[in-house]
Amino acid sequence: MTVEAFPSIEEETGGFLHSHSLVALRAILHREALRFIGQRGRLVAALVRPLVWLFVFAAGFRAALGLAITPPYQTYITYEIYIVPGLVGMILLFNGMQSSLSLVYDREMGSMRLLLTAPLPRWWLLFCRLLAGSLMAVVQAYAFLAIAALYGIRFPWFGYLAAAPAILTAAMMLGALGLLLSSFIRRLENFAGVMNFVIFPMFFLSSALYPLWKMAEASPHLRDLCALNPFTHAVELIRFALYAKGNLTALAVTLAAFVIFGLVAIWGYDPARGLTARKA
Amino acid sequence: MGGLRVEGINHDWGTRRALDNVSFAVEPGRFCALLGPNGAGKSTLFGMLTRLFTPHSGRIAVAGHDLAREPRAALARMGVVFQTSTLDPDLTVKRNLLYFAALHGLSGREAETRAMAALDRLGMAERAGEKASKLNGGHRRRMEIARALLHRPKVLLLDEPTVGLDAASRAAITAHVHDLASQGLTVLWATHLVDEVRAKDRLIILHRGQVLADGEAGDIAGGDLTSRFLALTGERA
Repeated sequence: MTVEAFPSIEEETGGFLHSHSLVALRAILHREALRFIGQRGRLVAALVRPLVWLFVFAAGFRAALGLAITPPYQTYITYEIYIVPGLVGMILLFNGMQSSLSLVYDREMGSMRLLLTAPLPRWWLLFCRLLAGSLMAVVQAYAFLAIAALYGIRFPWFGYLAAAPAILTAAMMLGALGLLLSSFIRRLENFAGVMNFVIFPMFFLSSALYPLWKMAEASPHLRDLCALNPFTHAVELIRFALYAKGNLTALAVTLAAFVIFGLVAIWGYDPARGLTARKA
Repeated sequence: MGGLRVEGINHDWGTRRALDNVSFAVEPGRFCALLGPNGAGKSTLFGMLTRLFTPHSGRIAVAGHDLAREPRAALARMGVVFQTSTLDPDLTVKRNLLYFAALHGLSGREAETRAMAALDRLGMAERAGEKASKLNGGHRRRMEIARALLHRPKVLLLDEPTVGLDAASRAAITAHVHDLASQGLTVLWATHLVDEVRAKDRLIILHRGQVLADGEAGDIAGGDLTSRFLALTGERA
């Protein structure tokens, strides 16, 4: 066969059609799903962490922590009920950072180059990658909710449906943060710093474990800090959605954080900035 | 014009000049070896040719398309084999090919047909369902070359594609890519190994970010390319 024997792609498709973008999106989603299925340990690891918090930490705190009735709750709830949205957020947060780690790894191993040299806008390629990682996070979150339901921590059935867009939005926001970090992390070994300076402060300075009014009892400044944390709003968005209720502030902050993180990540991956130039 | 054109590329890494006014053009259907010792600037140049980052100044055109102004058109006409393997070891051989095809807008039966044809040509059709991690280094490299050609590019860039391969695999892959050039493909082959260059090849010697020689390999070598290469790069060492 000669290399000139076939027409080029452009001749076949009449240019860079919209469908090219969708074909690439489907392929990236498919690849991520295959990798996810192939790495069963990843699902187990993602679930063990929040389950330990639920079965051990929350069980121990049940007696110690009294919770007032605040929206979206209409009655007294156990601490396990309270903590579940925060633990869903924990799954999404770790998944976002895991995606970031895998992007840095891919960059060092070279497969990121393959993606970035595809003839598509770079922002689209990054978005596809972000969406793929986020959808896997949603699967993990629902697996956790299913185990929690088996344990007896249940939400209204319609809440499980209403939570899907909220969980995906939160996953996209945290994935965008991971994408942003991956564009600035120079080496894989620098990733440990992310754990210390991003994951832990983000998780503990949020409403994941305690409501903000409870935090204010300890320190109003701490409460303010938590209120500024986009992770708090992601957790609240999920908490309200699990009762099929909206929380506009939480939605607005989560979306705004997604847009900001996403734009900075795209800027970080801009070829003119040369950040992808780092050699393995 | 078609082929590959690089004009006045300058690039600095901090205070260090990585590429200094690098210019050359490779005509369509020509095998061009980019020969340089480690640290010559080959990988930096490849990063720019593949638009992983842009040069501080200069211009690159692929098959007549300016990489800065028409990046998608230029990238669509380019096939790339990177120095490190970009196969996904967890995916099957065929799935790796289909993934790449999709990134270039090919899907369905067309992608399937091209992927299977590529594997047939490599004599690897029966291994389509195996994980890429099970392939040996030579097969992986040949598969990466076949993958880079799935979208029928006009220009093929290879960054030290024989690194880590045994002598037989190295010779086979070098011969294979020379064949592709003889069939009309423009090839830029970066290497630091002089035995991969043939007398009739176009040769560019890059050292410390500068083009030291540009012409037909036989003319530059004047008999012994190794001695000439060492002399040229040694003069500036």
